[in-house]
Amino acid sequence: MTLYLDANATEPLRPTARTAVLAALDAGGNPSAIHSTGRAARRRLEEAREAVAARFGARPGDVVFTAGGTEANALAVHGLGRGRRVLAGATEHPAVLAAAGTGAEVVPVLGDGRADLAALERMLAGGPPALVCLMAANNETGVIHPIAEAASLCRAYGALLHMDAVQAAGRIALPEEADSWAISGHKLGGPPGAGALLLRAGLNLPALIAGGGQERGRRGGTEPLPAIAGMAAAAAGPGEAARLAAMRDRIEAGAAGLAVIAGAGAPRLPNTSCIILPGVASETQVIALDLAGVRVSAGAACSSGKVARSPVLGAMGLGALAGCGIRVSLPWNAPEDAAERFLEAWSAMRVRLSKSAA
Amino acid sequence: MRILVAMSGGVDSSVVAGLLKAEGHEVIGATLQLYDHGAATSRKGACCAGQDIHDARRVADTLDIPHYVLDRENRFRDAVVRDFADSYARGETPIPCVRCNQTVKFEDLVGLARDLGAEALATGHYARRIEGAAGAELHRAADPARDQSYFLFATTQAQLDFCRFPLGGMPDKAAVRAEAARLGLAVAEKPDSQDICFVPEGRYSEVVAKFRPDAAEEGEIVHLDGRVLGRHAGIARYTVGQGRGLGQASRDGEQPLYVAAVEPGRRRVVVGPRAALPQAEVAVAEVNWLSAPPEGPIACQVKLRAREVPQPALARWDAAAGVLRVTPDVPAIAAPGQACVLYDGERVLGGGFIRREAA
Repeated sequence: MTLYLDANATEPLRPTARTAVLAALDAGGNPSAIHSTGRAARRRLEEAREAVAARFGARPGDVVFTAGGTEANALAVHGLGRGRRVLAGATEHPAVLAAAGTGAEVVPVLGDGRADLAALERMLAGGPPALVCLMAANNETGVIHPIAEAASLCRAYGALLHMDAVQAAGRIALPEEADSWAISGHKLGGPPGAGALLLRAGLNLPALIAGGGQERGRRGGTEPLPAIAGMAAAAAGPGEAARLAAMRDRIEAGAAGLAVIAGAGAPRLPNTSCIILPGVASETQVIALDLAGVRVSAGAACSSGKVARSPVLGAMGLGALAGCGIRVSLPWNAPEDAAERFLEAWSAMRVRLSKSAA
Repeated sequence: MRILVAMSGGVDSSVVAGLLKAEGHEVIGATLQLYDHGAATSRKGACCAGQDIHDARRVADTLDIPHYVLDRENRFRDAVVRDFADSYARGETPIPCVRCNQTVKFEDLVGLARDLGAEALATGHYARRIEGAAGAELHRAADPARDQSYFLFATTQAQLDFCRFPLGGMPDKAAVRAEAARLGLAVAEKPDSQDICFVPEGRYSEVVAKFRPDAAEEGEIVHLDGRVLGRHAGIARYTVGQGRGLGQASRDGEQPLYVAAVEPGRRRVVVGPRAALPQAEVAVAEVNWLSAPPEGPIACQVKLRAREVPQPALARWDAAAGVLRVTPDVPAIAAPGQACVLYDGERVLGGGFIRREAA
């Protein structure tokens, strides 16, 4: 039996989302069409918009649907960053870093993975108005950033704050202080192919893709309604925080003394644990666990499938340990014995690898 | 048994994976990402896999085996590419495939295979591994045209014991391609790889110059008798025995001239007539033995470059100095940095890297 512990790469599809996707596929229709079929599609789209807005703290009119989290982040960085300095946290996802470009200034993180607010303030004080990009929670470690504090600094210095909420949405209550925030449908348990950028009331931004003027001119292209409907249904899914946190804690208790948990001192997502086994390459651990039927990952999923040393752990000052971490991220439907089964496979791997190293 | 197969995405290693799977082994595929394919082909910003990695993954899909891409860019740059440039800067002609086999392939993949509980590492090399009384022996491939034993001399005995070369007995490449077609692999007709993998356009001197600008500085071309005949644009462009790229120094009257030596200290390329090039004795260092190190002189056959048949020679091993002294029956041209591999008939006895004798 395989054990899927890679929710931060993609959550398993929730049954409610599946139902909503199939219903939208079957109903068809282009939400921009004038006729009845189009209007029915429009109604489903706006219901999804209202559900997403209500769930994640925006007005429906301030929800811009996109094809995914990467696009939502890029839309914010390019749209809100126009004419501004861009400051990005050192542990941001490549979706944000690539959009921010090589000209972006990096806001360092502390050893526990949280943004260095003193450094942020110095940077904000030292230049023209900025767009600050800070994720709500990190994809590799689950470390939750001090968004409220960062937002008040941004307000004080006339900066905008964009928050990549792709990993946090649905797992913790989202901070309410950002100017824009991005979510991704498949990280909620919906299908891949939909995401959204949510905006503070009154804030607008230019489109990256103009097209047919959909999404109030902020994102052209026919909305991927089945994926959006799936995202909205997934967003309503029951929270699993307490159940997953208990499993996560059992895993970390089982690894205590044998491994280092990245960001252990910081508030973290309930489902995520970055477990560092000193001296053993992340890659070897991911492969060994895969062969034992346990799916985990190291670092952000890259389309090449290769495993690279984690820049996130590097930014936390973990040095050589940055190449020795794996990310265990419990999905919403993790079986009750997930922690125990993981620990069994992990311990067997650890014993074998320490033998072959000897 | 569980076997790790090093899959390059080419037809050879693909067939290895297919054959072992068909024999009932639990095959795990591993493909090394050795350089940024985007950068190598002058496309910026691609972090991701080139065509070969894509092909390896598709073959693994076809065979239904687990497959992993291993990021070895840093390791490869340090152990192979930098060494390649350093070797040129020392006035040598490096042989990067040996370094790659020595480090990234065998040292690292054998380690990974053991970590993953595999009992062997298989590659698509054309060489035969024969179980001998004192451990595994390395032999030439059945197809002399494809034999790669020369490039495998630096494999340690422990690595050789762990490795498998299932293509060593193949009669020829056509047979391998036929196997690939029989196994339904999309790479059956894929062309053979050429030249040095990390130098896509064949302009290796640019790679060298990036790491070692000193090897690209110009200098004099000097005749063995001391006459300055011309100038060159970097010692990295020259190898002992070479006749091209010498400009006006390529002839001395009617007599064609060839590179006789490369002197890194004075940045000089020394040229002379063909007859002046062969050496009576070749010094070999960094020796790896795949047989009991000989205590006295041994008659054997040697290969001083990849594309030649082994020639009879006498070899004397100075264990204390760590130097092998090889006397070919017929004096031969030996380029420092290339491998000198000793054979007893089909078997590889050992080998090392040709060194320039102190003048």
